[in-house]
Amino acid sequence: MSTLRNGAQLEPPLLEVRDLVTYYPVRRSFIDSLQRRPRQWAHAVDGISFDLHGGQMLALVGESGCGKTTTAQSLLRMVEPTSGTIRLDGRDITHLSQRELRPLRRTMQMVYQDPYESLDPRFRARQTVEEPMLVHGIGSGKAERRALVDELLERVGLTPPDLYADRYPHEMSGGQRQRLAIAASLVLNPRLLVTDEPVSMLDVSVRAGVLELLDSLRREFTMGVLMITHDLSTASHFADEIAVMYFGRIVERGPAKEVVRHPRHPYTRALLSVVPPRDPRRRTTPHILQGEAPDPVAVPTGCRFASRCPFVTDACRERDPGLDPVTGSAAHEVACIRADEIESAALPEVVGK
Amino acid sequence: MSLLQVVDLNVWFDLPGGGRLHAVQGVDLVVDRGERLGLVGESGCGKTTVMMAIMGLLPSSATVSGEIRLDGEDILAGGEDSIRPHRWVDMAMVFQGAMNAFNPVQTVGRQIVEPMELHGVASGQAAHRRTSELLEMVGIPASAANRYPHEFSGGMRQRAALAMALACDPKVLFADEPTTALDVMVQAQILKRLVELADELDLALVLVTHDLPVVAQACDRAMVMYAGRVAEQADMDVLFHDPRHPYTELLFAATPDLYGEEDVVSIPGNPPRLDRKLVGCPFAPRCPKAMDVCRHEEPLPLTIGTGHVAACHLNTRAREVTA
Repeated sequence: MSTLRNGAQLEPPLLEVRDLVTYYPVRRSFIDSLQRRPRQWAHAVDGISFDLHGGQMLALVGESGCGKTTTAQSLLRMVEPTSGTIRLDGRDITHLSQRELRPLRRTMQMVYQDPYESLDPRFRARQTVEEPMLVHGIGSGKAERRALVDELLERVGLTPPDLYADRYPHEMSGGQRQRLAIAASLVLNPRLLVTDEPVSMLDVSVRAGVLELLDSLRREFTMGVLMITHDLSTASHFADEIAVMYFGRIVERGPAKEVVRHPRHPYTRALLSVVPPRDPRRRTTPHILQGEAPDPVAVPTGCRFASRCPFVTDACRERDPGLDPVTGSAAHEVACIRADEIESAALPEVVGK
Repeated sequence: MSLLQVVDLNVWFDLPGGGRLHAVQGVDLVVDRGERLGLVGESGCGKTTVMMAIMGLLPSSATVSGEIRLDGEDILAGGEDSIRPHRWVDMAMVFQGAMNAFNPVQTVGRQIVEPMELHGVASGQAAHRRTSELLEMVGIPASAANRYPHEFSGGMRQRAALAMALACDPKVLFADEPTTALDVMVQAQILKRLVELADELDLALVLVTHDLPVVAQACDRAMVMYAGRVAEQADMDVLFHDPRHPYTELLFAATPDLYGEEDVVSIPGNPPRLDRKLVGCPFAPRCPKAMDVCRHEEPLPLTIGTGHVAACHLNTRAREVTA
């Protein structure tokens, strides 16, 4: 099912996620607990499935609150998934204890949005990269570690390494800091890299460089990259696949270019319509979604997008749509029972309400 | 006469360790009534400093020279005394983080009334009526005036900040990265409203941002700044289709486009430090087209077409070749 950009079929997946559900408890008031009102749950991630292969980049896109960050945190077991399974290299890691997880931490690494917050301000670049080696016992001696640090700094473009090795984070630019954070995450030779908005804090002029770096690293080390982003332009340029999330669910998934060029879900269409193009001659009319996403505690029956969808019918409010292959393209899936009927229907300028 | 005309604006900041940083270097800028101008460039290029200098909101460590003419009157000449009557009245601004624009312990309505009372635009019942109008104008129900800033979502706060900026019916509105921290959908909503309001109120809009597609969508004209100077300015269409400064070209090439097929390329190197004197073109060390002259001589702004100015030696050379 999964394909790389060049269309090649892939080996069994590195990461296999099936029906992942993560609920957060809603805080009860003292009175509520006295009255024994049932505990309520916010449905942050509500049944998502996807595969990620080594060397593949999957972009998880959606607005804030759609569950994309919770998905990443659940995968890395930073939050406990409520149900579902997560398999890494075929091994079920969904319910491993923290102790059992420790050796696996080497395999899964995360790069955060703000390198200024994720780097220790008291560590020089060399220490930042060396620290995980010491923790995980990599490199037999000082000289070997030193050589490895230099190699990594060079690999992420902090060249010559001597120039950067002794710098503190505040002595580096935003792009350099993000490169350093990437170098530190590569030390353990991870199989899976999860990046949460890796370039949104950076200047436009250096964003492309950091993304190119991620792109070349995943090919070189056949590393799977899950990129969480709200930037569809970036996703369409760098990812093999895009999965669009709305309200805890994946509503559309497929090869990046295909999702962008031929979006099938009304939500994906609205989301793409608000991305401004670079060329002023191609100014677009944004189809702006009105109304609010439904309450994550009281999840509606039927399609979650029904309350804002311009094509909604009674059937949509009753039936919860699954992610089904689009007619004519097995790799492209959409969760909309009317996907075929509404394919050529225009979206109104203001959607919803 | 132009609504706002800035001539040879220079700003220096005194550095704590001694020395000075020349943040804005000889910027000329014209904004006409109802016009929408984008001020773009990387962080540290001076775009925000230009805006703060015009608003007279720079810290005391800054030294400003040049002319800032509002409806012909030089508001820089008399210092704070000559700017104060115009600030928030004739020119207003919306900041990036709208949360910081509000006092957390006052209702949003109260904070919109305040500038009106302070500047004698309206008071009492009239001020409250206008607050309701302003809120509805930016897409917030008038009843929300009694709520506190923390009760608003990020998008609503940005709208409320816009209502506050419009309270005294300004002629020029500066918006510094007004949509950067917001979700794409909310960003589109606010941008759309901003453009509609500028049209309805015949408001000149100066959009300060690093986001070129946002400028392409919302502005007629843009000024690209680099190292405190104007690298190029032109109609947005001309900037994209016929750029005359390599920096403009590279900035577009570094911006991913949803449907673009070509590779996205970053600009190598970093902007120069502005606390020392530069020789030659400030962009030369990063410029793929740099020539010998670029490293010795600073290129002067050259008019290429109507409203199209660029500071690049390539344009002078092209002219010599054709002459």
